[in-house]
Amino acid sequence: IRNGGKSDSVNGHKSGSNQSPSLKSDLISPTMFNLKTLKLKTKQQELLIRVTILCLVYVLAFITRLFSVLRYESMIHEFDPCFNYRTTLFLTQKGFYGFWNWFDSESWYPLGRIIGDTLYPGLMVTAALMYWTLRFLRFAVHIREVCVLGAPFFASNTTLVAYFFGKEIGDLGFRGRPCGSCTDSDLPWLHLEIRSYDNEGVAIFALLLTFYLFVKAVNTGSLAWALASAFGYFYMVSAWGGYVFIINLVPLYVMVLLITGRYSMRLYVAYNCMYVLGMLLAMQIRFVGFQHVQSGEHMAAMGVFFLLQVFYFLDWVKHMLSDTKLFQAFLRITVTTAVVVGVVALGALQLGISHHGRAASTLLLDPTYAKDHIPIIASVSEHQPTAWSSFMFDFHSLLFLFPAGLYFCFKRLSDATIFLVMYGLTSMYFAGVMVRLILVATPAVCLISAIAVSATIKNLTRLVRAKNKVPSTGSSKGASSTKSSSKASLDQSLPFQRNGAIALLVGAFYLLSKYATHCTWVTSEAYSSPSIVLAARGAYGNRVIFYDYREAYFWLRQNTPPDAKVMSWWDYGYQITAMGNRTVIVDNNTWNNTHIATVGRAMSSYEDEAYEIMRSLDVDYVLVVFGGVTGYSSDDINKFLWMVRIGGGVFPVIKEPDYLVNGEYRVDKGAAPKMLNCLMYKLSYYRFGELMTEYGKPPGYDRARGVEIGNKDVKLEYLEEVFTTSNWIVRIYKVKPPNNRW
Amino acid sequence: MARTTTKDAQDLFHSLRSAYASTPTNLKIIDLYVMFAVFTALIQVAYMAIVGSFPFNSFLSGVLSCIGTAVLAVCLRIQVNKENKEFKDLPPERAFADFVLCNLVLHLVIMNFLG
Repeated sequence: IRNGGKSDSVNGHKSGSNQSPSLKSDLISPTMFNLKTLKLKTKQQELLIRVTILCLVYVLAFITRLFSVLRYESMIHEFDPCFNYRTTLFLTQKGFYGFWNWFDSESWYPLGRIIGDTLYPGLMVTAALMYWTLRFLRFAVHIREVCVLGAPFFASNTTLVAYFFGKEIGDLGFRGRPCGSCTDSDLPWLHLEIRSYDNEGVAIFALLLTFYLFVKAVNTGSLAWALASAFGYFYMVSAWGGYVFIINLVPLYVMVLLITGRYSMRLYVAYNCMYVLGMLLAMQIRFVGFQHVQSGEHMAAMGVFFLLQVFYFLDWVKHMLSDTKLFQAFLRITVTTAVVVGVVALGALQLGISHHGRAASTLLLDPTYAKDHIPIIASVSEHQPTAWSSFMFDFHSLLFLFPAGLYFCFKRLSDATIFLVMYGLTSMYFAGVMVRLILVATPAVCLISAIAVSATIKNLTRLVRAKNKVPSTGSSKGASSTKSSSKASLDQSLPFQRNGAIALLVGAFYLLSKYATHCTWVTSEAYSSPSIVLAARGAYGNRVIFYDYREAYFWLRQNTPPDAKVMSWWDYGYQITAMGNRTVIVDNNTWNNTHIATVGRAMSSYEDEAYEIMRSLDVDYVLVVFGGVTGYSSDDINKFLWMVRIGGGVFPVIKEPDYLVNGEYRVDKGAAPKMLNCLMYKLSYYRFGELMTEYGKPPGYDRARGVEIGNKDVKLEYLEEVFTTSNWIVRIYKVKPPNNRW
Repeated sequence: MARTTTKDAQDLFHSLRSAYASTPTNLKIIDLYVMFAVFTALIQVAYMAIVGSFPFNSFLSGVLSCIGTAVLAVCLRIQVNKENKEFKDLPPERAFADFVLCNLVLHLVIMNFLG
């Protein structure tokens, strides 16, 4: 009876009991099967848990980004992805050589655009490769699906790479499991902004991969890993202009290591191989060209390269000469020759090196640069400095875990943690200067916060587990009284410590779960709306969807002659070319400021002057976006002042104060006369004066600006309205041919 | 002052020579290769100074192939050198294989870039 009772009560602890199993043990033991009954060693248990968590995280990272696909449909949204999609389509249809040598005459009429030379091909080539692989395996996918789902796929890959990066850093100080699992839990929320088919999706993956491989190369000193990091860098250069961050951070890191005296032979091997091979590979991308040896932004890397050669050469000589006096003599001679050679070289090189970095890089170092010099760059909303609310919105708990993580990194300094600290600090600075760059900071912030979380949890769990050991040692050792009394006091304080530790652990997990909820909410609400389809709440609280953009582009596609040229503000250029399949005058590439200024001037002039400009550009149709009926606030009237500024930057005939009243921008009765009669005003408010938009307000009430418009009687002489979408969001006008001569 | 400097230089030269004579032969071969590569690079730069830098990509690829192979050879030397404690458990065959691989990639890229 005793044995039977034991088998019943302890079947959870024994592996499938060898005694005759009763019915109860049959039912219960399968549920207790997993870990304990397998009698796995701790290492294997850990591996199983890790792999499971990693798989879950991978899947989670993928599905978080599917909100918009599930809610609307699988389509390309925003502006830049339309262009990327169009180029990927071209690549799959015409092949690599067609793509590389492509001259596009459908945008920037009449200039055209050399696409092969002016884009970063990484994203397109990756998508095309995935498409060809799937096709080879006989999965009949459409390239659009590959594009739309490519970004989530790469987000999952990025979390994987970040996990390995965390392991590389964490291996040195932390226990494997806590660091691994905490890095994993932070990672799915890594790239809240990677939801569209844009360069950054692939670029952040490449960035993290390059950093991981480089840190691995520095840790192991192997040429093979350095070669891999050079390839990672090549991938990054092919994907995004932000590669400049890598080519500056890595030399900075090398400098810091040299200065703090932590240099070693491994550093030499890693950096040299990566720099030379990486630079050569990067120059294969035509858009980058010779910038690595000519542009000011890349000079830090070259400078550090030469510095490294000199430094290690001196180190080698010092090692060979065991006498310090001789070494000082050597130093004296070499320094004098070096100074002479340096002066000569500097004089010769003045001819070759351009001192101007690109405007965007200058903007990073001097945030006020763009406002004074280049209005186009200042006008892009993604280039604005970041507000604290954006930081809080994107990072939530990570914001205060970040300094904690920095503290832990400093506590356990090693080559890898120094790199992480530098990456974190520099990327946070840049994230503060430009909103878009929060992307680049996110991996660093996640990793550093993960270190904080894992260190805290490790300490807490150690406290929780410690109690079990002490009583046994206290009882088994019958040692001196001091020892036993100290142990006794430890024993006494432990109960509170343990409870405190458990409470803190629970608190930490609660915090993490709150963070996870917040991130899911943010992704669902803020980052999953395709901007091509607008959603709003109707009168009864139901969701109303506006398909105006697509309506307009398809109208263009079906009702205009194939060689028609459309003039609109540059925001919509990519979408018009991709979806409307018509030639545009200016698009989002914004490579030619004068051309954009011409369009801006046309939009801000009186109708007859604008007609001259439009005739000179062969414009057939004009497209404007108007939010007065729906209250949509990103319409052209709200962007109008930028058109004036950009146009006025090149053509002084356009003066911004002409359109303002006492410095105020108005569209109602008190607006400036030039404003009330300019082309943009006329095209937006044509026939709007008769429309009742809101109950209780007079006709012609602009819901986006909240005022009744000033000039309700708009007459067009040189243009005629051909299409207005159902909610008046997009309006298309045809340019009339000139009158017959008498 | 000048006399002490020249005397110092002579002492320096002698001690460097004697210290260098004790390095193993395989390292000396690698050093010779590095000197050859750097020398070739200097010749190319001198040629560019005479005839001008068009086409720039050819010049860059030529010079960078020399500098690149020199740097890789130095890395090989570091990894193979018995005196370096950090690399003592790296078999020299593995170091050489890495060297060959990196050179292969380097020259493939150079050939693409040569134009």
